[in-house]
Amino acid sequence: MSTITRPRSAAPKAVPAVDGAKLFDRLCAVCVTLFALIWLVPFAWALATSLRSDGSITENPTSLFAGGWSLHAYSYAWDNHPIGTWYLNSLVISALAVLFTVGFGSMAGFALAFLRYRGRAVVLALVAAGLMLPSEALVLPQFIEYRSFHLLGTFWALVLPSVAAPISVFVFQAFFRGIPRALIEAARIDGASWWRVYARICMPISRPALSTVAILTFISTWNSFLWPLLVLNQTTSQTIPVGLASLVSNSNIQYAEVMASSVLGFLPLIAVFLVFQRQIVQGVATTGIK
Amino acid sequence: MTTAVPTRPAPTAPVPNPPADRPPRDERRAGALLTAPFLVIYLLFLVGPLLVGVALSFFNTTTVKSGLGDWVGWSNYSEVVTDAQFWQAMWHSVLFTLLTTPPLVVLALAAAVLASRVRRGRVLYRVAFFAPYVVPSSVVALIFLWMYTPEIGLLPKVFGAVGLPVPDFIGSTSGGWTAVTLMTLWWTFGFNFVLYTAALQDIPPDVHEAASIDGAGPWQQIRLITVPLLGRTTSLVLILQILASLKVFDQIYLLLGGGPDQSTRPVIEYIYDTGFTSYRGGYGAAATLVYFVIIVAISAAWYGLRRRTAAGSAARAEDS
Repeated sequence: MSTITRPRSAAPKAVPAVDGAKLFDRLCAVCVTLFALIWLVPFAWALATSLRSDGSITENPTSLFAGGWSLHAYSYAWDNHPIGTWYLNSLVISALAVLFTVGFGSMAGFALAFLRYRGRAVVLALVAAGLMLPSEALVLPQFIEYRSFHLLGTFWALVLPSVAAPISVFVFQAFFRGIPRALIEAARIDGASWWRVYARICMPISRPALSTVAILTFISTWNSFLWPLLVLNQTTSQTIPVGLASLVSNSNIQYAEVMASSVLGFLPLIAVFLVFQRQIVQGVATTGIK
Repeated sequence: MTTAVPTRPAPTAPVPNPPADRPPRDERRAGALLTAPFLVIYLLFLVGPLLVGVALSFFNTTTVKSGLGDWVGWSNYSEVVTDAQFWQAMWHSVLFTLLTTPPLVVLALAAAVLASRVRRGRVLYRVAFFAPYVVPSSVVALIFLWMYTPEIGLLPKVFGAVGLPVPDFIGSTSGGWTAVTLMTLWWTFGFNFVLYTAALQDIPPDVHEAASIDGAGPWQQIRLITVPLLGRTTSLVLILQILASLKVFDQIYLLLGGGPDQSTRPVIEYIYDTGFTSYRGGYGAAATLVYFVIIVAISAAWYGLRRRTAAGSAARAEDS
């Protein structure tokens, strides 16, 4: 290879090469920024549509300010659909799912990371195998099983699949293994029970794992669609995604009202995302849950 | 009990503090108690549905009333395997995977590599690309349905302005696939982008410094260093994307309802229809398991391949 002779010959050309690299980086910046702005268009378009009136939308679909802006569509959407109830349902279900998933997942993760007991190896193997199991594909047998347990129509039906998913145990166990054993042993010598070691020592220093599992559980429970569609059949017990899905229809010409409902559907999640975006993105990058 | 004499070294184990000795009773009890809540729910509600599915697939269970129905042996399976509609639905899921996987992987790689060369504005990229991923599928469908509206929607206008023929996004099969692909691209792109961005941050900067001292231009660096170094991430992103795409339901169900004339109906919707429109639980369970085995086989093949390439590269490293 001729690379050995390269540096010397490249030295006089260093100045234009640096400029070329800079130019390239600037081009990158322009391209990606343009790309990112295009990605924001659907949000902006929905927001703009929701503020207009249906008449002016059909007359001038692309001139955003024609006909003036008002919040009329929002009050209409709020009055005609039980959006408040759907919100409350989604919130309660997601909160319960987070609570139990974090609680049970961290307990099992703690036991697997620090304790020696019978069946530990079996549980570890089950967790690893469960990670590969495409549980979403099993909706039909899942439905029949939940029906025989009389769980259909209850919030538990939506909470339990999230608690049963082994990914939270996996995340907690991986995090706990990074905690120095000396810390645990010191606490044990001081006479702390295992429960105390778990609750008072391990959990407080596991904020990163805790927030990762909590946020991802919240988002995936909030957004799940097919399972709540099957399980919750009363209009008033539906969640936001299922409730809003009843508005999906291509014969619907109340564009502003439909867009107002979708803005109400995405705004709180976007707000949560903006607040926690660093943790959310980090959580996704480290766990790779899809 | 051995725990009563902790000071005396065990005769068989020369290492001090051997991990193999019998743990104290309270440790074993704490382990079992802390694992129990998760384990019970895991067995009941993750392993449970799988076992229920296997059992149901041998009966002609209906979904309208409880009870198993009659034993039918393997006939559900033979019916599934010979059902043209099942394989059509399977093909639609595969087609969706073929349509969405290349752009979602290649564009995410390109955007992440380009974004990594930009110092400021990273938050904008992260927010813009990942925000759609946290939005529920039905909201995404509502927004895109409005953007696809003929005559007055945004996308027909854009297609027209660029000079492309405007497809019938909702009414035709090919237009429907375009609509679903574009919507999925927008919705899930951020996930792969984030995986690639995280992997890029793990590449030490001196690799690029060394390359630029050697006179490699930015394009050469990307092509010959960055992309090959991301090989493992690409393999991960690829399999996650394939598995996620094969499980498609929301987008096609919401936007097209599997239509027109079931020409875009994916497997999950086929199972949904057999179970909840035709009420054939046993048959649906058999279809579920055929589909389930295909998905598990794909992920197992990927794990095997990955282990083999890892072992192969380790062997090569030892040779040199």
